[in-house]
Amino acid sequence: MDQTANQLQDQFQQRIDLEQKIEPKDWMPEKYRQTLIRQISQHAHSEIIGMLPEGNWITRAPSLKRKAILLAKVQDEAGHGLYLYSAAETLGISRDEMYEQLHSGKAKYSSIFNYPTLSWADMGAIGWLVDGAAIMNQVPLCRTSFGPYARAMVRVCKEESFHQRQGFECLLQLSKGSEVQRQMCQDAINRWWWPSLMMFGPKDDESPNSKLSMQWKIKRFTNDELRQKFVDMIAEQIKLLNMVLPDPELTWNEQTKHYDYGAINWEEFKQVIQGNGPCNKERLEARKKAWADGAWVRDAAIAHATKQAKRKAAAQTYSAKETE
Amino acid sequence: MLQHTVQTCIHSDTQLKYLLQLADNALILSHRNSQWCGHGPILEQDIALTNIALDQLGQARNLYQYAALLLTEKTGITTTEDQLAYLRDTGEFKNCLLAELPNGDWGQTVMRNFLISSYQFFLYQELQYSNDGQLKAIADKSIKEITYHVRWSADWVVRLGDGTAESHARMVQALELLWAYTGEMLEPCDYELPFIAKQSSFIKAAWEAKIAAVLAEANLIHPTNDWMQSGGKKGIHTEHFGYLLAEMQFLQRAYPGLEW
Amino acid sequence: MRLYLQKNHYGDYGDGHAGGLEQDANQDQQKQWPLWEVFMRSKQGLDHKHAGSLHAADATMALENARDVYTRRNEGVSIWVVESKHIHASDPDAAAEFFEPANDKIYRHPSFYDLPDSLKHM
Repeated sequence: MDQTANQLQDQFQQRIDLEQKIEPKDWMPEKYRQTLIRQISQHAHSEIIGMLPEGNWITRAPSLKRKAILLAKVQDEAGHGLYLYSAAETLGISRDEMYEQLHSGKAKYSSIFNYPTLSWADMGAIGWLVDGAAIMNQVPLCRTSFGPYARAMVRVCKEESFHQRQGFECLLQLSKGSEVQRQMCQDAINRWWWPSLMMFGPKDDESPNSKLSMQWKIKRFTNDELRQKFVDMIAEQIKLLNMVLPDPELTWNEQTKHYDYGAINWEEFKQVIQGNGPCNKERLEARKKAWADGAWVRDAAIAHATKQAKRKAAAQTYSAKETE
Repeated sequence: MLQHTVQTCIHSDTQLKYLLQLADNALILSHRNSQWCGHGPILEQDIALTNIALDQLGQARNLYQYAALLLTEKTGITTTEDQLAYLRDTGEFKNCLLAELPNGDWGQTVMRNFLISSYQFFLYQELQYSNDGQLKAIADKSIKEITYHVRWSADWVVRLGDGTAESHARMVQALELLWAYTGEMLEPCDYELPFIAKQSSFIKAAWEAKIAAVLAEANLIHPTNDWMQSGGKKGIHTEHFGYLLAEMQFLQRAYPGLEW
Repeated sequence: MRLYLQKNHYGDYGDGHAGGLEQDANQDQQKQWPLWEVFMRSKQGLDHKHAGSLHAADATMALENARDVYTRRNEGVSIWVVESKHIHASDPDAAAEFFEPANDKIYRHPSFYDLPDSLKHM
């Protein structure tokens, strides 16, 4: 690395340390750009793939009110994906390229969405646990060092707060309902609890990208810190539901002032990431199909816009001649 | 627009049927549109169509809630919007066949929305003059939403009709398929007559003019076949409809009487 | 004689330049809907402010998409859209010469002037 590159690097780190935001046209280390593209697009893909498990229940929502809430929520996720893709686009990658990476399996997305939604209670559990975990991750990202990402996250977090609340309310209703509904509720919590904990990513000592991301203030807390915060929050909230978390080792630790929890099955995590989760193939196929089926629509819109612009230009030339 | 007042029906049974027909159309079309959520051709349009589905769901809920209120007053038994949506069988639903047909491709979906929204636009304009205060209020709120639905769907019909050779061919096909289902919307049946007898011919003419104008802009030839399918308004539906209700009503049917 | 009257508002960019009219060298690029920037007036009397971006095939669609994407929670009463490639931005490397000369013009600010307390209404 030559002298100027070193200087730029130092100046860049200084700005980060001074909590100055980095904007798209500013100089940035190539690795910073690549890390951001990877993280933001992965985040965007998660929003879009995340529409599918919940979308699975839109047509089966048990009341008109729930139908409206669920539809609005899944639509919000499309919006979040859009905000995030836009943020990534400022770094010089197009949305189509990012789709390409998703569809080819090169890009990852949150492994949680590779689990199936089997009952209505899953809508509640996803809102409460999955969105709850997502919010834990996302709130600190509102202060992330890259300006467009931080701004997108502010918008996302504003909209996200209703998601977790509706999820909890959905479960609360079930917890106060019939025996069947309570079972449904407990069953959904049992299935979604551990995958939610995995959402925070590998343990700190096994998270290769974490250190640099922390130094660049892309990330502001470590995976384990956020996971612990989440456990502490949920372990209290579940009392209101009169349900239990599927972890016999979950206990309050008076010394650390945190909840201790059992071992996460990291082998399962690894397998799901590698494509062996229950729904990996379905999820990706659904996205690829939507994109392929929409190709003629997108092409037609461009073709029409081109024709219209030409017609307009022709009309303007014509009228200019006539007024001469 | 005709300025005279839409008559309120004195016979509450007819009024109820009329409200349910409006509500069922809104709900079933919303349901079909909602099936696109997560599967649209591009994010922006996924979001746009879901907005429309949400508007239509909102309209359906207002109408069901009003119908439920009338029913409760009449029978003394509390009725809810959800009972009306989830506990009636196919024969009791009064939506037009056009609303319940499967989505098909994006072209067929936007064409269907255009055909129905345009009808709803002229109909709800008239309902804004209803002397039934509640219905008028619902129409006042809905008309703004519907105006946008017409704009959005007409834009798409033009875009695809006047797009590529493939999109044009698909729109020709969509129009051909859906056209035979449009007549039912425009011909008032017995329980509609007391409400729109005088207006129906105006609504039909206005609808036809709107459709003709947009199809012309889209380079689509106006269909000439005038043999129309009907039955939905009387509860005689397509084969597709049973599956739609089976899916939509599943939880309420499997676990009767519970709160969700 | 036919006259086409064009009405221009701030933020209006000729849609003759929008959408797919401009031939792009890259075939793939042509297939993508162009990127647009969205500016929104949150309520009457306030400036339009950058809200975000989106893709659309033409200006009409960009406005509709902006409405559908960015005003779902009553965020706006007026929208401007402009194709992103029409935005000209200052160079961050020139930030020093652009902006720092204004730093020491303290006499441009009212607080620079030390006036007696008895002076009212100023």
